[in-house]
Amino acid sequence: MSPRVTFPNKLLPYLLVAPQLAITLVFFYWPASQAIYQSTLREDPFGLDSAFVGIDNFRRVLADPNYVNSIQVTVIFSIATAVLAMAVAMFLAVMADKVVRGKGFYRTLMIWPYAVAPAIAGMLWLFMFNPSMGTFAYMLRSAGIYWDPLLNGPQAMFLVIVAAAWKQISYNFLFFVAGLQAIPKTLVEAAAIDGAGETKRFWTIIFPLLAPTTFFLLVINTTYAFFDTFGIIHAVTGGGPGKATETLVYKVYNDGFVNLILGESAAQSVILMVIVIALTAIQFRYVEKKVHYG
Amino acid sequence: MATVELKGVRKVYGGGVEAVKGVDISIADKSLCVLVGPSGCGKSTLLRMIAGLETITHGTASIDGRVVNEVGPAERDIAMVFQNYALYPHMKVYDNMAYGLRNRGMKKDEIDARVKRAAETLELSALLDRRPRELSGGQRQRVAMGRAIVRNPKVFLFDEPLSNLDAKLRGQMRVEIKNLQRALEVTSVYVTHDQLEAMTLADQLVVMNGGLVEQIGKPLDIYEKPASTFVASFIGAPPMNLLGTVTGGKGAPLTVADLSDLGLSVPPGTTTVGIRPEDIEQGDHAGEGLKTRLTVEAVEPVGAESFLHGTANTHRLVVRVPGRSIAEPGAVLPIFAPRAKLHFFDANGKRVEG
Ligand SMILES: Nc1ncnc2c1ncn2[C@@H]1O[C@H](COP(=O)(O)OP(=O)(O)OP(=O)(O)O)[C@@H](O)[C@H]1O
Ligand SMILES: [Mg+2]
Repeated sequence: MSPRVTFPNKLLPYLLVAPQLAITLVFFYWPASQAIYQSTLREDPFGLDSAFVGIDNFRRVLADPNYVNSIQVTVIFSIATAVLAMAVAMFLAVMADKVVRGKGFYRTLMIWPYAVAPAIAGMLWLFMFNPSMGTFAYMLRSAGIYWDPLLNGPQAMFLVIVAAAWKQISYNFLFFVAGLQAIPKTLVEAAAIDGAGETKRFWTIIFPLLAPTTFFLLVINTTYAFFDTFGIIHAVTGGGPGKATETLVYKVYNDGFVNLILGESAAQSVILMVIVIALTAIQFRYVEKKVHYG
Repeated sequence: MATVELKGVRKVYGGGVEAVKGVDISIADKSLCVLVGPSGCGKSTLLRMIAGLETITHGTASIDGRVVNEVGPAERDIAMVFQNYALYPHMKVYDNMAYGLRNRGMKKDEIDARVKRAAETLELSALLDRRPRELSGGQRQRVAMGRAIVRNPKVFLFDEPLSNLDAKLRGQMRVEIKNLQRALEVTSVYVTHDQLEAMTLADQLVVMNGGLVEQIGKPLDIYEKPASTFVASFIGAPPMNLLGTVTGGKGAPLTVADLSDLGLSVPPGTTTVGIRPEDIEQGDHAGEGLKTRLTVEAVEPVGAESFLHGTANTHRLVVRVPGRSIAEPGAVLPIFAPRAKLHFFDANGKRVEG
């Protein structure tokens, strides 16, 4: 434990955290309280008047089959995105760990996609897989696959998953590379002497020892897929076709800002907030404590 | 059960560092060979080449008569104990020991029997359910040993296995390793830079310096007849007094005047005379030998013996005297070393007989 820093001046500490507090207040607590307030109101069709309805908005949202569909979409999307992004990143990190010459060069290249804005990442994949002009769409069609994500729900889902995962690979890669470097080389050597082949070493030594990193990334990636993929979905599918890729976050936007059902949209954001808090709590509880070896 | 043979072994690391520059060692069956030398002399590199963890740039390594240059570490039938133990942190002690057996597809009850037997030998039976982080340094060391002996390999390789332990435990484990190696009769190669470990453990001692072997032999033979000034100063604590210089040595070269000052006749070519601190006697003695007067500068009592540090004719000397020394700093003592106990070295630092 490092010794606690103490300030002789009572006011100074508050001044020092004030900017951070102000930002949090303006950009989180204020909108959050607005959302909670909104979620208890219902507007008349013309938006001229609103009435207090208690938890009625929540009841309606949870009873809405579209909302249940959206939950399903989100779960599939998030798990697939997280697993894909992490599996590819882990594979690349393990490969990059073996490179002897030009290690830094490979790593730098791998990190670049992270700097690409979500919407642009989405556009990139949209172009490549655009049924009428995309290169990959052309290749898929010549391979005999009828490719049309604009009409085919699962294909649209596949496209947003790939686009969302692609962007996250760099981030995961960085953490896996660091995680791999933290595994003492002698452990791998000891396992080699103990007769474990390369694959076996990976699954019995490296993978378990990467568990803390993997778990941390699982939480981060799930959170990312839940909340930070709006831009990609908006650019690639707009939630379609027919709500096939409408995640919870996208639905909040769709209901609130497109369909102007403010009360229910606010109720949905409050539910989302609860999910974020739960995920964060899990992260703090487990990432910090559980999955560590000494 | 196996011999180990190194022929003209060299190692050049990527980047051009030549860590081992041509080493020939042949290790007899069931014997314990200790590689000793200063840091960076290539001991670990040599050991890792025997283990198959490093490729051999030139030359051959053979185990039991079979050249193993192209054989993977798993197929060489060796076990290695690492300096940091390299225990698998996510596995219990039991699984740490069983891992190598499972990988070789051994039957469950056979594994169980072997692990239990090894645990008993090493007094680990009560700790089998613990994870490495719940063990003390000494216990971890035992687990690392256990992991090596359950496999019943042809060769044990140790890379400074005791250097993370405190002095007392190190002494204890040293004896245990020796006994274990004797009992199991497994050919072993042991790397250390601790000359006490080297002297006490070795059947065959290999002194290395700068990627080359300086001398191979029985520990006491090396102690009594060091082949070079390097070996003379490396084996023995405190090190042998070297009067005069060779390249890299301390002090001024011996001149004819010096030698007559010291009252010595030396073999031709000698530029350095070596005397072990314990071979120097106090007082005036008759007979041929080194006779001079020591001006005491410091006294180090270590209990059973004392070390007197001082100068004689501008040469620095350490003298070992039994028990407490009555000499005080500033005292001038007559000292004598019989000629038979002196070591002579030429300008290249090589031993000259005479
Ligand atoms: N992977 C490597 N790449 C390049 N050079 C290396 C590598 N490993 C070791 N060396 C160099 O080879 C030489 C011998 O190293 P080695 O580890 O064998 O020494 P050592 O005798 O075991 O020393 P210590 O007692 O400090 O363990 C050193 O100069 C070291 O810098
Ligand atoms: Mg070493």
